[in-house]
Amino acid sequence: MIDFEIDPQTQKRIDLFHTVAEQMMRPISREYDEREHEKPWDFLNAMWAASTAPGGDPMGGGDASGQGAVKLRNVYTVATTEELCWGDAGLFLSIPNAGLGGAAVMAAGTPEQKQRFLSPFRGGKPKWGAMAITEPGCGSDSAAVTTTATRDGDHWVLNGNKIFCTSGWMAVEKSEGFVVVWATVDKSAGRPGIKPFVVEHGTPGMSVARLEKKLGIRVSDTAALVFDNCRVPADHLLGSPEVRREGGGFKDVMATFDATRPIVAAMAIGVGRAALDFVREFLAERKVEIRYGLSPRRLSTVERDFMEMEVQLKAARLLTWRAAWMLDMGMRNSLEASMAKAKAGLAVTQITQKAVELLGPLGYSRRYLVEKWMRDAKINDIFEGTQQINMIIVARRILEYSSKELN
Amino acid sequence: MLSFELSEEQQMIRDTVGAFAREQIRPAARAADESGEIPAALVAQAWQLGLVQGPIPESLGGNGDTRLAMTGALIAEELAYGDLAIAAHVLAPRLLVFPLLEMGTDEQRARHLKRFTGADFAAGSAGLMEPRWDFDPTAMTTLARHDGNGFVLDGAKCMVAVAAGSETLLIWAASAGSDRVDGFLVARDTPGLSVGEREQNMGLKALETYPVELKGCRLDAEARLGAEGVADFRRATSQSRLAMAAMGVGLAHAAFDYARDYARERKAFGVPIATKQAVAFMLADMAIEIDAARLLVWEAAWRLDRGEDAHRESYLARNYVAASALKVADNAVQVLGGHGYIREHPVEMWLRNARGLSAIEGLATV
Repeated sequence: MIDFEIDPQTQKRIDLFHTVAEQMMRPISREYDEREHEKPWDFLNAMWAASTAPGGDPMGGGDASGQGAVKLRNVYTVATTEELCWGDAGLFLSIPNAGLGGAAVMAAGTPEQKQRFLSPFRGGKPKWGAMAITEPGCGSDSAAVTTTATRDGDHWVLNGNKIFCTSGWMAVEKSEGFVVVWATVDKSAGRPGIKPFVVEHGTPGMSVARLEKKLGIRVSDTAALVFDNCRVPADHLLGSPEVRREGGGFKDVMATFDATRPIVAAMAIGVGRAALDFVREFLAERKVEIRYGLSPRRLSTVERDFMEMEVQLKAARLLTWRAAWMLDMGMRNSLEASMAKAKAGLAVTQITQKAVELLGPLGYSRRYLVEKWMRDAKINDIFEGTQQINMIIVARRILEYSSKELN
Repeated sequence: MLSFELSEEQQMIRDTVGAFAREQIRPAARAADESGEIPAALVAQAWQLGLVQGPIPESLGGNGDTRLAMTGALIAEELAYGDLAIAAHVLAPRLLVFPLLEMGTDEQRARHLKRFTGADFAAGSAGLMEPRWDFDPTAMTTLARHDGNGFVLDGAKCMVAVAAGSETLLIWAASAGSDRVDGFLVARDTPGLSVGEREQNMGLKALETYPVELKGCRLDAEARLGAEGVADFRRATSQSRLAMAAMGVGLAHAAFDYARDYARERKAFGVPIATKQAVAFMLADMAIEIDAARLLVWEAAWRLDRGEDAHRESYLARNYVAASALKVADNAVQVLGGHGYIREHPVEMWLRNARGLSAIEGLATV
């Protein structure tokens, strides 16, 4: 039976996270955007304490403890992600957890590896997990990675450069975290030769070369990492070292996107809703009414724009909920996840740009957060697969084409 | 709890209506568009599906089916996948029947609903739109004023589907001197009501629509739908908007399927045009917009079924669908290129029909 009601447990968490967003994130939102790369430790420690407490609430991949009560776990994740990103998307990305690195461990690791690498995230000091796949010479074409892993006795030796590693600095230098690094063990094998390696903080040969200066989500660090004869134990390769034509490592990373794309879509929606709520209140204070039900030919431009923003956001949210729900039902959702991501990334980019426009010079001013939301929103149209990559995935699915037939 | 799964019954209804739309409606659509006539046999077959008479109570000769906006939206989408004009024709009697079911007095229901429980299609309709560029249901110019024990109606309606064959029309009119809009059950032969010449439109050419003029049209007190203050025009508008939106999704889906299949077949430079990103991205965008539109319709229908008026949701959904269905239909013509412009293919017809979605209020109800 079609039902759009969020279950009560999830709703309770949404309400809780709304309070967090409103009272802990919004007040420091501007400050840490301006102070780029400085970390709001009070907030981060508080979030870590909350997530590691018994029955706590881990965001991001890896740790599923304390979530027995929620039936639709992926729906829960997208709904709460929206709420926290309504607060601040950059701060959301900065929250200590196993992150995308954890998601990769969950997707590709053996049970023993999951236990070994993820259990430190259940207590102790705040930690970050990160994933390094993009290189200076390859982004969306992630099968073209050039970082190499060479076997040497009981170790793998990594060499290469990685960029755009979200929370890489926190994982490598600022906590006892880890990075999942994707490297090829056999260049001639192409995709099947690309394998994920867990590199723990402080491993000799791994270093942070720089932190990127970005358009938005400035509080979140985006690291460039260098691997120079970086040795990791053999059992840090996630899953099987065997190079097979079918299945294996690279397919696993693609599978993690089915779960993470709806989350990125939800991030976008949170930022978009922040802008929409701001504009709604702004207009209401100035007695500008939004008259639903009128002939479109009698509406003002402001009303039309606002309604368009509102319905686009809702469309994106419904697509996102569907993609998450399918995952919870055990259905394959690559098509729907990419639909949600492509729609939400673009819609919210446009919504936040329109919000700046609607408020005129006040929208452009750093006095308000609207301009920041416009800058923050744009990343969702880019990372976890650009809009175009997601469109190509959608196109392949609806046309039943392989990546060779449509590229 | 959140779910995107239809109930078994809804799935069955969707399959049944969908099969009818593909096998019976679609093959008849082009000829009906050219001639302006829908074969009576097709209309009779559609009637057998029970889409109008189903929800009429058993005591009045109907099937007594539960009426849900969600199921209504599924039916409207599937029918319009076959053809929007034919869908609007066969669903038009709902414009009279459903408000009667929901808001009519027992006496009105007993009197008017029997006609819709027979074996053959019975025309019925409602007059909502007015022939003005900025027509707005919240600023109706057709007025009803009290006169003695009854009412007098003055004004003009347009796009009244199947009006010529309808014994009774439900005319929506504003109450003089108040914000209320009420429905009035007007027999077609009432003095003062005149049904004009059939309208000639850009699209939906198979659908008979008429202008209806009301000049000092005098009615009994019992002609007003429901008891005083009962008729919920806002809710009725939400329902008809949602029906239009659902039909728009069906049209868009039809256009997408046709364009996708064509793009996989049609070769240029030695390869199917669908293997070119310029075409593939258009199709991907169409697919996303259709799913987004359908979910907006479903969410509004779900609200209606919970008893909310869903005024804002159905309005936004309809506007979204009107824009996206037009874009999808236009893209479909574009994917076919010159062939899309030729009447041998249905996409130009779908483009003409889609243009109507934003211009028209209320050709059906859910």
